[in-house]
Amino acid sequence: MPDTLSIAVVETDPERATLIEESLRAAGMFSVTLILNTSGLARQIRELSPDVVLIDMANPSRDMLEEFASASGPLERPVAMFVDREDEGMTKAAIEAGVSAYVVAGLRANRIKPILDAAIARFHMIHRMRAELAATKRALDERKIIERAKGVLMKARGIDEDAAYALLRKAAMDQGRRISDVAEALVSTAGLLS
Amino acid sequence: MSATHVEIGFIPLVDAAPMVVAHELGFAEEEGLALNLRAAPSWSTLRDMLAIGQIEAAHMLAPLPVAMALGLTGTETQIDILQMLSVNGNAIGVSCALAAKMRQQGYKFDFADAVAAGRALIAAAPAQLKIGVPFPFSMHAELLYHWMGALGLSAPADLDVRTVPPQLMAEAMAQGEIDAFCVGAPWGSLAVETNVGELLLPGSAVRAFSPEKVLAVRHNWAEAKPDVTARLMRATWRAGRWLSQPENRVSAAEILASPDYLDVSAEVIERSLAGNLVISQRGEMRHTPNYLEFFGGAATYPWASQAALIAARLAARAGLDRKAAIEVARKICRTDLYHANLGPAGAVLPDFHEKKEGAMSQPMAFASETGQMILAADAFFDGWIFDPAAPE
Repeated sequence: MPDTLSIAVVETDPERATLIEESLRAAGMFSVTLILNTSGLARQIRELSPDVVLIDMANPSRDMLEEFASASGPLERPVAMFVDREDEGMTKAAIEAGVSAYVVAGLRANRIKPILDAAIARFHMIHRMRAELAATKRALDERKIIERAKGVLMKARGIDEDAAYALLRKAAMDQGRRISDVAEALVSTAGLLS
Repeated sequence: MSATHVEIGFIPLVDAAPMVVAHELGFAEEEGLALNLRAAPSWSTLRDMLAIGQIEAAHMLAPLPVAMALGLTGTETQIDILQMLSVNGNAIGVSCALAAKMRQQGYKFDFADAVAAGRALIAAAPAQLKIGVPFPFSMHAELLYHWMGALGLSAPADLDVRTVPPQLMAEAMAQGEIDAFCVGAPWGSLAVETNVGELLLPGSAVRAFSPEKVLAVRHNWAEAKPDVTARLMRATWRAGRWLSQPENRVSAAEILASPDYLDVSAEVIERSLAGNLVISQRGEMRHTPNYLEFFGGAATYPWASQAALIAARLAARAGLDRKAAIEVARKICRTDLYHANLGPAGAVLPDFHEKKEGAMSQPMAFASETGQMILAADAFFDGWIFDPAAPE
C-alpha cells in the first residue's frame, strides 16, 4: 500500500522500543522499523528512507538527524524536525513528553498528528515507568541500609531488633532527618569503630 | 529580596565554564540571580528547550542562533546573541591508524602549521575524507570547510563533514564512519586518553580568533525582562574575566570536574584551560597560547561581522541569498545590550560593531568609547579576509 507511512523509531532500549511500536500500530496502518543500535545512524536512516523518524530527546544521537534538514544529494529527501505551524501546542507537547519527530518534506500535518499523538502518550507512560522504577529502587536501597544499621546497633549495644529500630527512629526524630539518612551515616562510619 | 531564578541550559564542555563559574563563584548571586544549570543531552534538544521556554538562556554554538534565524533548523523562535562566551577551543584529530600513516609519510605532528597538517592529512586519507563534527551548525564544521576548502578539497565530492556526537566518536571511528574529527574540549584530550585518535591541530591554527559559544536567549525574553537580562550579562561577563586569569585555572578545573558538570578529571580540564594538550598516546605535549579564550582581546563582544560571516557561509551552502542572510544575522547580535549593560560594568566598548574578519595577523589597538582596546590577532591560516560590507 503506497499510502502507508513508514516510521523509524530510534530507541536503544528494546523494551521501550517495543512499547512505542505497539502504540503506533494501535494508532493506524503504519510500517514501523525499530533502530536499536545508533551506530551509523545517519546511514541507517538514509537506507531506510522513512517518512517519519521518532527519537527520544534524551538520546545524544539525535544530533545526527539534524543534518538531514539540509540534505542536498539527488537521492536524499530532506527530513526536518516536525514543527506544526498551525498548532504550536502540538510541538510543545511533544518536547515536553521528550519525543522528537523528524518528517520528510511535504508530509501534511494531519497525517503526522495521529503518529505524534500516540508517541506523546507512550513517552509520557515510559517516563512514568522510569520514575516509578527509580522510586522502587530507592525504597529498596533504603530498606537495605536500615537493615544494616539495625545490625550494627544490635551488635554494638547488645539489643534486639525492635530496640535497634526504635533507637534509629528516635535519633532521626531528634535530628529532624530521615531514618534512612541516619542509618546511612551510621553504617558508613561504623567501620571506624572496629 | 529573594533571588530571581533563571534556568540555564548547557552542554557539558569546558567552554560552558562562564555559566558554571557565574553560578558556583557567586557572580550570579551578587546580581540577585539564582541560576539553575541544566545539562542537555544534545545541541538539538538544547535548542528546543530554549525555543519553547523550558530554559531561559543557553550556552550555544555560535552558528546555531544564526541557522535558526535563517530558518534552517525548523524552529522559528528568534534567538538573540547577548555576548560571546568563548573564542577558539576546538581541536582537530585523526584516527590512530591515519596518524601512524601520516608519521610514516614523514609528517611531524607540530600542532601548529595548518598548511602542512592539511596536506599531510589529504595525502594519507582516503579519496573522500570523512570528518566528524558535533553538529551541522557549528564552528567545527565551518573551520573544516574553510581549512580543507583552502587546500583544494570541495564538499561533498572530496570532503564529507558529518555529525557524530563526541560521546559516540570512538564507535564511529572504529566502524570507519569517520577518518578524522573536530571537537571541543575536553573531547580532544579524551580521544587521546582513550586511544581513539591523535590530535593534529588546534582550531586556532586555522583561524586565530574564532567565535565559539554564545550566550543565547529568546529575543522576546530579553525584551520582556531587560533587568534580568542585564544582570545575567554582567554575571557572565565577570565570570569570563575571572576565568581569563591564569591563577584561577586550577580552581576552575576543579569546579568543572564535578559530576554535576563535566565529570571528567580536573587535570584534563586544566590542560585545556592552559592550552597544554597531550596530542598522542606517547604523551607528547604541545602548548597553544590562544587555545581557548574567555575574555582577552574583546572575546566577549558579539561582533555583528562574526555572525555575518557565519550567515554568509551557511547561506552559500543552503542556497540562500547571501546579502539577506547577513542582514538577518546582524539583527540577532545584541551589541546594543552589550553597550548598555556591560559598559557601566567596565567592559571596553568598541565604537564599531563590525570589522573585517581575518584582517589582523597581530594584536592591534583601537580607539574605543572608554579609551584604548586591544583586539587579538584573528587571521585565517591562508590570509583570507571577510569584509561584511562587501561579502565576496
